[in-house]
Amino acid sequence: MDNSIWISILGFLATITLAFVVGVFYGGLVRKVTARIQNRVGPPFYQNFFDIVKLYSKTTAINHGWMQHLGPAFAITASVTSLMFIPILNGQGDMMWFENLNFKGDLIFLLYMMVFGSLGMALGAGQTGNPYSAIGVSRGLSQMVGYEIPWVLALVAIMMQAETTSITGLIDYQNANDTWMMFESPLAFIAGLLAMLGMFHYAPFDVPFAPAELASGPASEFGGKYLALMMTSGAIMAFVKLVLFVDIFMGGASNLVMLLVKTFLLYMVPVLYGVVSPRYRTEQSIRYFWGWPTAIGVLGVLYVVFIR
Amino acid sequence: MSELDMNDKMNELLKKAEANASTKEEKSFVRPEDEEREVIAPDGSIIKVNPIYDYFSGEKPTVEEPSKGVVEKFLNWARAESIWVLGFGTGCGSIEIPPLMTPRFDAFRFGVQMRPTPRQSNAFIISGYLSVKTLKRVIRSYEQMPSPKYIIALGSCTINGGMYYDSYSTINRLDKYLPVDVYIAGCMPRPEALLAGFMKLKEIIKSGNGEGANIYAENFDEYKANQKKVIKDWNMPDYNW
Repeated sequence: MDNSIWISILGFLATITLAFVVGVFYGGLVRKVTARIQNRVGPPFYQNFFDIVKLYSKTTAINHGWMQHLGPAFAITASVTSLMFIPILNGQGDMMWFENLNFKGDLIFLLYMMVFGSLGMALGAGQTGNPYSAIGVSRGLSQMVGYEIPWVLALVAIMMQAETTSITGLIDYQNANDTWMMFESPLAFIAGLLAMLGMFHYAPFDVPFAPAELASGPASEFGGKYLALMMTSGAIMAFVKLVLFVDIFMGGASNLVMLLVKTFLLYMVPVLYGVVSPRYRTEQSIRYFWGWPTAIGVLGVLYVVFIR
Repeated sequence: MSELDMNDKMNELLKKAEANASTKEEKSFVRPEDEEREVIAPDGSIIKVNPIYDYFSGEKPTVEEPSKGVVEKFLNWARAESIWVLGFGTGCGSIEIPPLMTPRFDAFRFGVQMRPTPRQSNAFIISGYLSVKTLKRVIRSYEQMPSPKYIIALGSCTINGGMYYDSYSTINRLDKYLPVDVYIAGCMPRPEALLAGFMKLKEIIKSGNGEGANIYAENFDEYKANQKKVIKDWNMPDYNW
């Protein structure tokens, strides 16, 4: 039997475990940080593991049709597939377990793949027939139209600068020039960072979930195992977004400790901004993304085209 | 089929449905327009509809056997550490719940958090007196929660009626209508008492006695009979999840 297949399978499992553990752990840390800022003690950092185990152990699973089964499945498929195409470490030695499909993936494919989960969730939430879900889905998709534009502009700028669409190519470019993309092309980085605020759905951009007014939006009719699957998928997706950002703007990470430091610092940007912010209305949120972030993104592209 | 014909036929069917409803022996709990009846589809064919069961499943709850040994202990531990409370204040006691989330009491420390919908929550705080009108909503919300689920009864009114013991519109003993796991006595109990109640609920779950949903399923007919005795306008299926 060929050994490389087994290494691939084990690597796949190792990557998923790492993404799940780190994602859930970060979720718990975020709750802790939020609590400390609000002068509370807050839940223990491992609280989210309890929540997920409890949700998986629910004995009744209520569903309203096939699409509701498929919605969370689509979400986790999208998360895991995106995870497989992200280079997690950029060194050669430690790379073995996390190699997966890195060299085949490129940014444009990943752009589509990361949206797929949200669309699957939208279909699943639509089947439940809950009006809150419908409002949440329409808000979420509208907001996605908002933040995708500065995000794509930022990616176009750095892809033009490095003259590659492959993520490993981008990392190699940064390593070869001994710099980080966030310094090489700062305008693109700022546009991407502002888009990331929307991508993580923390306040003020938690428009689709809005627990106070929408009863948690698309997830309002999902309970038990469906919700557990969505939480798992959300944790993996958060890890994917953070690692992708570190890869393309911060030169990747050569070992796991460096990866955790970089991703955690990056994660604190939307979290800390969110803790001290109230919530935008839908059209305010979209107007925000189509304002300065898009303008900075356009400037970033012009900077790459004309100055560098 | 012309529109006039259709109207005539529709009226005829409605009359038939009304006649059926009035001649029924036992008293129906469902409004006439929600009864099972025949209607005309847009293409002219006659179809049977049963509006209530279009939206709800009519299946009765079943007793779910817990897992065995260590697995159940582990799951019970996770369940005890993650209590998601349905944000539904039924009476005056609900004013004691918001302070729980503030820095002073901070119930998040114990894994307690409020959830906006019954689908996501596993604990239900019946906060204070429960009027008959609210009881109907409480039953619907409780039945929509996925099991295992727990009920915390807050305040004296849920134990014996409290100061509303002779009121025409409230129920006296909550235990007759829904299976209660923890009682917190007092009028009103302070948030500290509520925190102690959560601790007690955790102990009960960890010891494997938090079987409220199974008790409800086992004695389903008894609970339903009690509920229907006080709720006059039932108008929903026997079990709606």
